[in-house]
Amino acid sequence: MAADPTNARPPLLSVANLRVSIASDEGLAQVLDGVSLDVAEGRIVGVVGESGCGKSTLVRAVLGILPRGARTESGSIHFAGEDLLTLDERAMTRRIRGRAIGFIPQDPYLALNPVFRVGTQLLEIMRWHGDGSEDGAGPFNRARRARHRLWLIQILKAVQLPDPEQALDRYPHQFSGGQRQRLLIAGALACRPRLVIADEPTTALDVTTQLEILKLLKRLVAEFGVSMLFVTHDVGVVAQLCDEVAVMYAGQSVEWGGTGELLARPRHPYTVSLLACHPDRADGLVGIAGQVPSALAPPTGCRFHPRCGKAMAACAGTKPETTPSGDRHTVACMLYGVPDA
Amino acid sequence: MLLLRKFSKDLPAVLGLAIVVLVLVAALLAPHLAPYPLDAYESHLTRRLKPPSAEYPFGTDNIGRDIFSRVILGTRSALIVSLSVVSGAMAIGVTLGLVAGFYGRWAGEAIMRVTDVFLAVPQLILALALAQLFSPSLESAMLALTLTYWPFFARIVYAETRRLKASLFVDALQCIGASAPRIVFAHILPNAASPIIVRLTIGMGFTILTAAVLGFLGMGAPPPSPDWGLAIAESRQHLPDTWWFATFPGLAIFLTVLGFNLLGDGLRDIVDPRLRRSR
Repeated sequence: MAADPTNARPPLLSVANLRVSIASDEGLAQVLDGVSLDVAEGRIVGVVGESGCGKSTLVRAVLGILPRGARTESGSIHFAGEDLLTLDERAMTRRIRGRAIGFIPQDPYLALNPVFRVGTQLLEIMRWHGDGSEDGAGPFNRARRARHRLWLIQILKAVQLPDPEQALDRYPHQFSGGQRQRLLIAGALACRPRLVIADEPTTALDVTTQLEILKLLKRLVAEFGVSMLFVTHDVGVVAQLCDEVAVMYAGQSVEWGGTGELLARPRHPYTVSLLACHPDRADGLVGIAGQVPSALAPPTGCRFHPRCGKAMAACAGTKPETTPSGDRHTVACMLYGVPDA
Repeated sequence: MLLLRKFSKDLPAVLGLAIVVLVLVAALLAPHLAPYPLDAYESHLTRRLKPPSAEYPFGTDNIGRDIFSRVILGTRSALIVSLSVVSGAMAIGVTLGLVAGFYGRWAGEAIMRVTDVFLAVPQLILALALAQLFSPSLESAMLALTLTYWPFFARIVYAETRRLKASLFVDALQCIGASAPRIVFAHILPNAASPIIVRLTIGMGFTILTAAVLGFLGMGAPPPSPDWGLAIAESRQHLPDTWWFATFPGLAIFLTVLGFNLLGDGLRDIVDPRLRRSR
């Protein structure tokens, strides 16, 4: 499974230099300012950053459901050879969202419709997108429904939900948080997507459940041959799950690299402080001085420079270029501005 | 099942349900239950204004018709009127509330401001004005009531839709490729069903009352029909000597409205226990 992302095959998802702004009452907020990342086939890519750094906006931009007032100013989102930014709403609804790109929402307690049985909801997704939606027998084809049900039960077994057959006839409130997250993972995989986007899927769960879900995700990625974009604020989760990591700060990509390499030798001062904040790594509790700047009036140049211990005069002036630094490792920081030729 | 048990412990609600069922049965079987089913349109001038007796349990009216029969026959028109008014109002109000709540923007604002204007004027007065504007008939009374009752539905559906729109499952549905109409009608609407049903039940009673007022003021059913409000209006010249003439149609209105309101209250208690008996 160790596909090398540097080989000739283009990545499954490639976000390049994405800039998104949101018009609000207080002015124009530059929420994403030059975000780039690649997800290669079969890989799990983590996106890490503090709350408010634009992780969720990135996910929404990829799925094409940016909030009202948001505008993609420049950049591109290529998925499986298509530019998602050029697709219309109908194509996104029909072919991308929930179909080619599965989605695991953040809070399993709230992400299911409370008034319908679980089976109804999961089968509904498959009825819109699932295989055989082209066999033209209308939405209530009994044979197809039975086939969907069988496939769903198979997936529910794969996500290790107890009693999958009976589970379909229960309501969401009859499941625990971990079980609900399993149901949502099943929903994300139901239509055989190529990419799964997980938006902090373990944040609302307790630590032991969290670990089980992470193990499960890792196994499913291999089993179903999907790629995964995993958004989180927890560096510990990244270390356990991801192949590559993209670090974001205030709407900018600051560092990118293989998980082991990046965690062992972080380059960007922000990554260094973020890692230092993790309770497992820190001696006592430490934080990063200051807070994530407002997207309405971001600092000029490198957005991290007001909080950075190694800031230089040049940091406030120009936005640092993303430069390679070490083996499959890139960083956007003045400290590494001149790649040694 | 839990809800059913909870409901059965709520004595007023069960009483309300019993009354509603009784009224429904009376309406369904009206021609068979009424001792003089033809008295809706016949007159017997020889037996005018007879007091209640074994032969005429509720007495007779000013042209000798059996009031008991007319009260029973009246259930039918009362229910038909209120049912069509409330379902019409529901269709308009729920649709507008969903659209305004989900799509928002200027269209939603416009819808809700119009709703506010309607809610600012008492429904009865507005309905009277509208009924007067059209030519007075049962149909225009029903139209007037429908046009003035939908804002109540629009309000609650709007509030529910706004709440549900921000909920995570709607967001998740968007992320997995559900189209907007599907989210609104297949997911948000069922979640808003309980308050709609409660409003529907209370609205039934309320509309029967308002329709009776319109009938009383001569803006409802035309004279020979066995209409409760109309009967009370006709009885005015014969009061206070013939107490039974106004009392029994009045009791019919009272009981039916009471039944629907008790039932609606009970349903609301089940749907939202925090609002227990807070009317």
